[in-house]
Amino acid sequence: MKVLVPVKRVIDYNVKVRVKADGSGVDLANVKMSMNPFDEIAVEEAIRLKEAGKADEIIAVSIGVKQSQETLRTALAMGADRAILVVAADDVHTDIEPLAVAKILAAIIKEEEPGLVLCGKQAIDNDLGATGQMLSALLGWSQAMYANKVDIDGDHAVVTREVDGGLQTVKVKMPTIISTDLRLNEPRYASLPNIMKAKKKPLDEKTAADYGVDVTPRLEIVKTSEPEERAAGIKVGSVDELVEKLKEAGAV
Amino acid sequence: MNFGLSDEQEMIVSTVRDFVEREIYPHEAEVERTGEVPMEVAQEIKRKVIDLGFYACSFPEEVGGAGLSHLDFALVERELGRGSMALTHFFGRPQNILMACEGDQKERYLLPAVRGDRMDALAMTEPEAGSDVRGMACTAVRDGGDWVLNGTKHFISGADHADFFIVFVATGVDDTPKGPKKRITCFLVDRGHPGFTVRDGYRSVSHRGYKNCILEFYACRLPDAQVLGAVDGGFEVMNTWLYATRITVATMSVGRARRVFDHALSYAAERKQFGQQIGKFQGVSFQIADMITEIDAADWLTLSAAWRLDQGLPANREIASAKLYASEMLARVTDATLQIHGGMGLMDDYPIERFWRDARVERIWDGTSEIQRHIISRDLLRPLGA
Ligand SMILES: Cc1cc2nc3c(=O)[nH]c(=O)nc-3n(C[C@H](O)[C@H](O)[C@H](O)COP(=O)(O)OP(=O)(O)OC[C@H]3O[C@@H](n4cnc5c(N)ncnc54)[C@H](O)[C@@H]3O)c2cc1C
Ligand SMILES: Cc1cc2nc3c(=O)[nH]c(=O)nc-3n(C[C@H](O)[C@H](O)[C@H](O)COP(=O)(O)OP(=O)(O)OC[C@H]3O[C@@H](n4cnc5c(N)ncnc54)[C@H](O)[C@@H]3O)c2cc1C
Repeated sequence: MKVLVPVKRVIDYNVKVRVKADGSGVDLANVKMSMNPFDEIAVEEAIRLKEAGKADEIIAVSIGVKQSQETLRTALAMGADRAILVVAADDVHTDIEPLAVAKILAAIIKEEEPGLVLCGKQAIDNDLGATGQMLSALLGWSQAMYANKVDIDGDHAVVTREVDGGLQTVKVKMPTIISTDLRLNEPRYASLPNIMKAKKKPLDEKTAADYGVDVTPRLEIVKTSEPEERAAGIKVGSVDELVEKLKEAGAV
Repeated sequence: MNFGLSDEQEMIVSTVRDFVEREIYPHEAEVERTGEVPMEVAQEIKRKVIDLGFYACSFPEEVGGAGLSHLDFALVERELGRGSMALTHFFGRPQNILMACEGDQKERYLLPAVRGDRMDALAMTEPEAGSDVRGMACTAVRDGGDWVLNGTKHFISGADHADFFIVFVATGVDDTPKGPKKRITCFLVDRGHPGFTVRDGYRSVSHRGYKNCILEFYACRLPDAQVLGAVDGGFEVMNTWLYATRITVATMSVGRARRVFDHALSYAAERKQFGQQIGKFQGVSFQIADMITEIDAADWLTLSAAWRLDQGLPANREIASAKLYASEMLARVTDATLQIHGGMGLMDDYPIERFWRDARVERIWDGTSEIQRHIISRDLLRPLGA
């Protein structure tokens, strides 16, 4: 079985995000970019499936600016077998919307015919969390989102999902689309031999036009603003004082 | 000229940095408090590094290393420099002088060191011979077909965890027009060998938990098979193999300085006095400007010296300049960062005071700043007959 893993290049989760002066978005010039953490979990899960003999090839796909190649190299260094880069933007500030991403992925899936798509539940930059679901609709495939445990068993998959208030276990027909939640696994570091091998693994470069997909944005960002600053806290000297302050604040 | 890193180098940097942040930082406070690295933590770090293929990564592939270039390895050490030295010791960087092993020395020392089965320590310094290495008083004399060692070494780093030692001792004196000159030979000595004792050393303000020990040799008998390199060829093996390792202090100082600088930068942006962020006062902001300028300068100086080693170009002076400048830079950066933190900088609730203490040794070990200046100036003036 082939496993397809879409990976997105996003602002590193450690970077303190700054809003651009004109409010059009977040400043991405000269900041550290990394693989979306949920996609890292997806790559890890795919590698584990391969190690367990349930997958034989892992294809990483990234759609965006040319620099997304670095993100793909990271996926290859972790253990993906080959990569497809779809250049769909020139400016690092251009975000390709979920529907366009899903359409490009659908086109790639028609060519590659994977038995499973493992994607992150959301990208930490725009937090849209829609690509996997849209892809499922476009392909007419089953879906299991927010996976916390994945068990592939022949023609179906048993997936435990994180839902409000607990866990839900679903059984879906293969081929399927699974999105990863935070607790699914802990991604590995790229090993030194794999880093050195990554360069030799194939990386195909395509464009959105190759798949006939129009990536023109359909959403308009009206305004981006910093979260409101939290007021400084106070220190209390004793439990009595704490209770008193909580009463004052109407919290107890 | 190209100042960019390759994709592989970028990944090496990000992997080692992630590793240091996730596997080293969480143990630092405890090591600082107790002055010890718990054995299970040391073993865990070592096991993970071996699994990742980074253990002894500067060694050639033929002997089980990863064959990293000097530049690649400088990047690895730069990122390691961020973390506690007591802990990164177990990241596994055996002395590359072990490449001088011949015959069955390879099976007994080189290969187990590269695999992570045996750890090494290197002993040159003595109470009466620090900068003046050739002034050493440890001796080995011929007795039958063997050697008999007597004397004391001190300040030997990592000796508490070492399974064997690379030891330099005097094996004779030559009369030269400039006066008597000692001949030096390098020996491999196993821990527990009769006549050889490892004693606790002094407590250092820098790098708590990274211990130095005292080695004592008393009628310690060794066969010829324990000689590394040639008899009386100690300076040759030293010059061939230890030359490049002087860059370690420079690379690690740069990595550490970048970590420290991040603290200075964010504190200057957050701390408010007189109704505004202290970073808005020129007295603070200009310190930030000087710090990053010096860090970048030290970084390039170091990487270019490593690059020269890879090109096979002369690099003696460049390595000395990098070691000198990077270690002195780290002292200024840690001091300024502490100053920016005001009184809190001194308190052990924050790591700043530790960075400041740690920085102090970098100007002393592996050749003091004065000795580096000596190397640099001799390199320039000797050809002019001065
Ligand atoms: C924590 C620690 C760990 C160490 N680990 C090891 C180790 O693992 N193995 C090992 O072999 N050694 C080790 N050393 C020893 C280290 O390399 C020496 O401390 C260093 O070479 C300086 O020697 P010294 O301390 O005897 O100082 P000295 O050589 O006595 O120097 C004293 C002062 O005189 C100055 N000076 C000396 N000669 C000159 C000159 N010609 N011109 C101008 N100034 C001069 C020096 O710069 C210094 O300021 C370690 C040291 C420390 C502190
Ligand atoms: C061991 C110790 C004992 C002490 N004992 C006492 C005591 O008994 N009683 C007491 O009242 N206090 C005491 N102090 C407090 C001490 O006086 C303060 O630490 C000191 O005044 C600096 O204040 P701060 O630490 O809050 O640093 P900050 O004022 O926050 O300064 C941080 C940095 O910003 C710089 N900075 C601030 N304003 C400006 C500016 N306008 N222009 C340029 N740079 C600026 C500072 O120079 C410093 O580098 C003690 C401190 C220590 C460390």
